[in-house]
Amino acid sequence: MQKVFETMKVELKKITPQLIAIFIALLVGSIVLLATGFSPVEAYGALVIGAFGDIYGVGQTLTQATPIIFTALAFLFAFKAGLFNIGAEGQFLVGALAGAIVGISFSGLPTIIHIPLALLAGAFFGGLYAFIPAILKTKFGAHEVITTMMLTYVAIYLTGYMVTDIFKAPGWVSQTPLISPTAELPRILPPTQLSASLLIGIFLVFLTYYTLQKTVLGYEIRAIGFNSLAAENGGINVKKGLILSLVISGALAGIGGAGEILGVHRRFIDGFSPGYGWDGLAVALIGGLNPFGSFLAAILIGVLRSGGMTMNRVTGVPIDIVTILQALVILFVAAPVFIKHLIRRGKKYD
Amino acid sequence: MTLVIEMRNITVTFPGVVANDKINFSLQKGEIHGLLGENGAGKSVLMKTLYGIHRPDSGQIFINGKEKKFDSPATAIKMGIGMVHQHFMLVPHLSVSENIILGQEPTTKRVFLDLKKIKNDLSIFCDKYNLCIDLESPIYTLPVGMQQRVEILKALYRGADILILDEPTSVLTPQEAEELFKAVEVLKNQGKTIVFISHKLKEVLKICDNISVLRKGKVIGTVKASETDQNQLAKMMVGRKVKLSYKKEEIISDKIVLQIENLKTINDLGILALKGVHLNVKASEILGIAGVQGNGQTELIEVITGLRKATEGTVKLNSEDITGKSPKDRLKLGISHIPEDRQKRGLISDFSVMENLILGSQDLPPFSNDKIRIDFTKVIDFSKKLIRDFSIKTPNKDTEVRYLSGGTQQRVVVAREFSRNPRLIIAAQPTRGLDVGATEYVHDKLIEMKEQGSAIILLSTDLDEIWMLSNRIAVIFEGKIVAIKNPKETNKREIGLLMAGANLEEK
Repeated sequence: MQKVFETMKVELKKITPQLIAIFIALLVGSIVLLATGFSPVEAYGALVIGAFGDIYGVGQTLTQATPIIFTALAFLFAFKAGLFNIGAEGQFLVGALAGAIVGISFSGLPTIIHIPLALLAGAFFGGLYAFIPAILKTKFGAHEVITTMMLTYVAIYLTGYMVTDIFKAPGWVSQTPLISPTAELPRILPPTQLSASLLIGIFLVFLTYYTLQKTVLGYEIRAIGFNSLAAENGGINVKKGLILSLVISGALAGIGGAGEILGVHRRFIDGFSPGYGWDGLAVALIGGLNPFGSFLAAILIGVLRSGGMTMNRVTGVPIDIVTILQALVILFVAAPVFIKHLIRRGKKYD
Repeated sequence: MTLVIEMRNITVTFPGVVANDKINFSLQKGEIHGLLGENGAGKSVLMKTLYGIHRPDSGQIFINGKEKKFDSPATAIKMGIGMVHQHFMLVPHLSVSENIILGQEPTTKRVFLDLKKIKNDLSIFCDKYNLCIDLESPIYTLPVGMQQRVEILKALYRGADILILDEPTSVLTPQEAEELFKAVEVLKNQGKTIVFISHKLKEVLKICDNISVLRKGKVIGTVKASETDQNQLAKMMVGRKVKLSYKKEEIISDKIVLQIENLKTINDLGILALKGVHLNVKASEILGIAGVQGNGQTELIEVITGLRKATEGTVKLNSEDITGKSPKDRLKLGISHIPEDRQKRGLISDFSVMENLILGSQDLPPFSNDKIRIDFTKVIDFSKKLIRDFSIKTPNKDTEVRYLSGGTQQRVVVAREFSRNPRLIIAAQPTRGLDVGATEYVHDKLIEMKEQGSAIILLSTDLDEIWMLSNRIAVIFEGKIVAIKNPKETNKREIGLLMAGANLEEK
C-alpha cells in the first residue's frame, strides 16, 4: 500500500502545471463574474458548498464525475498508442444500450452473475464498436479521428432508433423498460444516485495504470504511440497493437455506459448522455493523459457541474457561468498540454 | 593578416556544466577556420556565444579590434556575423526566396513586397558566389543539401562577412558535402571568413586553413592544417591515442550463417529495388557492403530483418529458411540490427534508457515469462548491467534517451543489440554522426562480436570505415551485388568505380 501511494505521489507531481492552470482559470472566472456584477467570493463559496456541503452535494459531484472517469480512461488508452479516439461517446452509448438490453432480457439470474454479465456486454459491444474504426485504420488507412467521430453519430441515432422502436417501453418516452432488479448496481451513498459504478471506475484507473506501465501489452502500446517505426523494428506487431488499444479504449467507454445505466438510470433513455464521451477527451487532457490525473480531473468537472447548480440557485449566477468556467479550465489546462503534444508529434515527422 | 574576431577568456556555464572555460579564439580575415571537438566539447556553445545566443559569464569579444557586447543574434547579424545551425530554421511551405528575405522583406511603399528587387538581389548571389538555386521552389521539396544552401544564402543576404557553419556535413550525403566544400571555397575567395564546426578529422583537414581543437570546454590548441595530420588531431581531440586501423584476423570459420539467394523486392514506390541478390556471410566475418546511397541497401537490410517482404528468392539463417518469418521471429533466431537511422528506427526517444534496452525482448524470458506481466526487477538489474558494461553515459536508467547525446544514444542501441547473443548483426551506418571516441568504441565492439563468432554485415557510406573493418567487400549497384572483393586484392579506386557501375558492361 505504501508503494502504491508513493507511485501516486510521483504521478501526481507531473500534473502540477494543471493545478496552476485551474487556479488561473478560477481567477479569470472571477473577472468574468465581477464584470457581470456578481461577487466571486459568494459565487465560488456557493459552488464549493454545493459540491461538498452535504451528502447530496458530494453524491451529485461524484455521480457527475463517474461516467467521465471511464470515457477519460478510454481516450487516454488509445492516445498512448498514438490514436485519437474521439468517438468515446459512441462507444459509451453502444455499451450503455448493450448493458440495458442484458439488464432487461434476463430475470431470475443471481445478481452476482447478472451485473457482471451486463457490464461485460457493455465492454464487449463498446470494444466491438471501436473495432470498426480499428480495422478501417489498419486495413485501409482511414484516419481514426474521422471514423470514430462519424461512428459516434451513427451510435447516437442507432441507439435512439432502438429505444424508440425495438426495445421501447410502453408510453410516450423513447426509453427501454426498467432493467431487472438483479442487474441493478447498488447505490453506495443513499439517498443520492451515486452507484458502485464509481468503484469500478476507480478500480479501472489503477488497472489502466498497471496495464500501461507494468505489462507487455502496455509497453508495446506505448512504444507504438511514441515511435511506431522503432516498435516495428523491435519486432512489435504494430497493427495488432493499434487494434487492441482502440478496442480496449472502446471497452472502457462501453463499461462506463453500462455502469451508468445499471447504476443511475436503470433504463436506457434516449439522449441520457449530455456528452460524457466528449467530456472524456477534455478530462484526459486536463489530467495530463495520466490515469490518476484523469480521475482527479473528472472529479473537478463533477464539482463544477454539481456546485454550479447550487451556485445558480443561491446567488442567481446564471448556470452558463459554469460552462464558461469549465471552458476556461479546459482552455488553460488542455491547450498547453495539447499543443505540447502536437509539437512533439510534428517534430517526429520532420 | 587582420584579426576580424577575437574572443578573450570566454567562460559560459550552464547549470552544472562549464561549457566554455576561459577560451581564447581568434579569426583572421578570409580564412576557413575549423573548430574541431567531440560532441559536448563546447564548439557550438562558443559559436553561439559569438552569435549572441548565449551570453558569456565572463570574457570579452572584439570585432575588428573594437570590443562589442552582444545581447541577441540581431546585433550579431548587424555586425556581419551569420550562422547556419545544425537544425535548419526554415519555413517548409514558403519558397526559397520567401525564406531568404524573411524578416528583412524589401517593400515598395512599405506595404507591398518588392518582388523585382528580391529577384535582382538574389540573382547577384548566384553570379557572385555560384550559389544558384531555384527561387520559386517550396523548401520542403528540396533535398537537405539545397536547404542548407538556402540557409547560407539567408546569412549572406543579411550581410554576413563571417559565416559560422555548425556541423554542416552531419546531415549531408558525401556528394552533397563535396558541393558544400566547393561553395565554401568560393566564399573564401570572395573574402568571407568562415568557421567550420565539425568532429570529422578528414573534412576539416581537407578544407580548413587553421584548426582549433576543443576538449571539455577548453582550447587544446590551434594548428595549421598543412602542418598536422589525422593522428595528431585525433589525439588532441580525444586526449589519448586513437586507433585508426585494425588488424584483420583471417576468417577462422567456414560456417555460413546467412545465405541469400536470388533475392528480389520492390521499394515503397513499387519499383524493383533488389534485382536478384546473392550473398553469403560466414561466422566470424565482417562483410562490408559498399555502394552509393539508393542502390538497394536499405531494402536489403529490411528484407533480411523482415521489415519488408521479398517478392522472390530466399533468405536462410543457419540453413533455416526464414524468408517468410516476422521481424520478431528473426530477432528470436538471433538477428540483431543497428538501424541506419537510430532516431527513426532504433530508439524510442520518449522511452527511458531502461525501456529502450529491452525493446524487442519485452515479452521474452527473463523479462516476461507469461507474455503478460513485465518483471521490472529483472529489467532493472539488466539495465544497470548494460549501462555499466557498455559505459552508457546517462544520469540514470530512467532518463529518457532524447536527453542523451548521439554517441550515447548509439551506445544504447549497440548495448541492446549485442546483448542478445546475435548470430548475425546488421550494422547500418553504425557510426553516422558519432565523434571519434564513440566511433572507435562502436568499431571495437563490432570486432569483439566478430571474434566471438557473430556474422556481421556492415553497411556504410564511408568507404574508409568499410575498408578498415571488412574481411570481404561486396559492392551493390542498382539492386545487384556486382562484385565481392578481398580488401587485400583491390584498392579504393576499383571499389569506387564498381560503386559507380563501371564494369557492368564486362559482365
